[in-house]
Amino acid sequence: MFDLKGYGPALAEGAVITIELAFLSLALALALGLVGASAKLSGSRVAAGIATAYTTLIRGVPDLVMMLLFYYGGQVAVNMLSDYLWETRGIDFFFQFDPFISGVVTIGLIFGAYMTETFRGAFLAVDVGQIEAAKAYGFSRWHTFRRVMIPQMLRHALPGIGNNWQVLLKTTALVSIIGLTDMVRVAEEAAKAERMPFHFFVPVAAVYLALTAGSELFIKWLDRRANVGVVQGN
Amino acid sequence: MPDFIAEWLNKNEIFTAMTLMEYWDGLVTTVHLVFLSLVIGLVVAVPLAILRTVRNPLVSGPIWIYTYLFRGTPLLIQLYIIYYGVAQIPGIQETFWWEIFREPLYPALLAFTLNTAAYTTEIIRGAIMSTPHGEIEAAKAYGMNWFLRMRRIILPSAARRAVQAYSNEVIFMLHASAIASVVTIVDLTGAARNIYSRFYAPFDAFIFVALCYMALTFILVFAFRKLENHLLRHQRPVNS
Repeated sequence: MFDLKGYGPALAEGAVITIELAFLSLALALALGLVGASAKLSGSRVAAGIATAYTTLIRGVPDLVMMLLFYYGGQVAVNMLSDYLWETRGIDFFFQFDPFISGVVTIGLIFGAYMTETFRGAFLAVDVGQIEAAKAYGFSRWHTFRRVMIPQMLRHALPGIGNNWQVLLKTTALVSIIGLTDMVRVAEEAAKAERMPFHFFVPVAAVYLALTAGSELFIKWLDRRANVGVVQGN
Repeated sequence: MPDFIAEWLNKNEIFTAMTLMEYWDGLVTTVHLVFLSLVIGLVVAVPLAILRTVRNPLVSGPIWIYTYLFRGTPLLIQLYIIYYGVAQIPGIQETFWWEIFREPLYPALLAFTLNTAAYTTEIIRGAIMSTPHGEIEAAKAYGMNWFLRMRRIILPSAARRAVQAYSNEVIFMLHASAIASVVTIVDLTGAARNIYSRFYAPFDAFIFVALCYMALTFILVFAFRKLENHLLRHQRPVNS
């Protein structure tokens, strides 16, 4: 059963890559989400317009198409820039666009849009009285944001962040399509070579299931901690 | 037509009638695949959701396991298991099933249907569970039996509560269907990938297809908004 025909170590390395990919994308998505939500609520029409265009665009396009566009398009763009710099300035500049970076950027951008909506809702759920109190104490706008809004918003954002994270984890499987040797890719190559699809895909599915199930428990625990002291009426 | 558009159309080598036909065929395949899996998935999900609310764990347990497995793993893995796995079932290559399943379209249809049915089951279950208790009590007081209660009271009211979450699932499915191109199906994404590799023009090939998906998404969003307005018209404020 656990004899993986010598592919065990490669699969384990692939699993580590999957997890790294997921956490880096999450970090990017959270950062973009905070910026996006602040832009939407900033009161500036330009900033809000850009943020709305961003979230609408992302939600209309499949993640795989976005990933293919970034991966193949990114390389072409780098090549063009490199040609231009060489011809006009004589600067030798080049880098290979690799699937890992494309994956992190694409997944981060996609889930940044979802996080924007989550954070926007959470910011709106913060009691206005809290913000007024901060103003009364002479807090600056930045100070209010950092010391009052963010800590209180996180409690409301947690369930949404949890849902997005679950979907994000499963989306990482797509990066195997553009050639990243994550565990899905290793399993696919092994399954083709050994003609044993169940043998390799079922363990990979089990790893994903363990990751989603574990995250679910962790998020529940975080949620309970974040809501300590909040009286919940039903 | 403005001159610059006409000039651009004349000069470009990518968007000829032939490639546009390829995109069109891809669009037809995508819509076909998504529509069929959604319809079959919904038909399967309604009875499963009702059984999932039954108190007996021998009935609801297996359904919970099914939805948990399909919601907890990536659709891509499910597709790979079905696509590569079917050929490995001993003896299948001698039966008529092989004629059907050697086409990549049917394994993909099966994977998509099972996946969307799992999500839809949970959506409908949630809607059934949140039926106001008074509605059920009133139905019981009128002497309705379980079947009549389900058909006349619980399911219609659950449908109203489920439609918003379901519209998200439909759009999710449309976007997820892009992975059909991985198992050699030439859907919209598959057409874009073919055209990309022929012309080495990633921006033209993929931005165009992104716009196609976006148009489909907005049509769906619009249609669901209409449906929601229709289903929830009794909740609209009087003067609007």
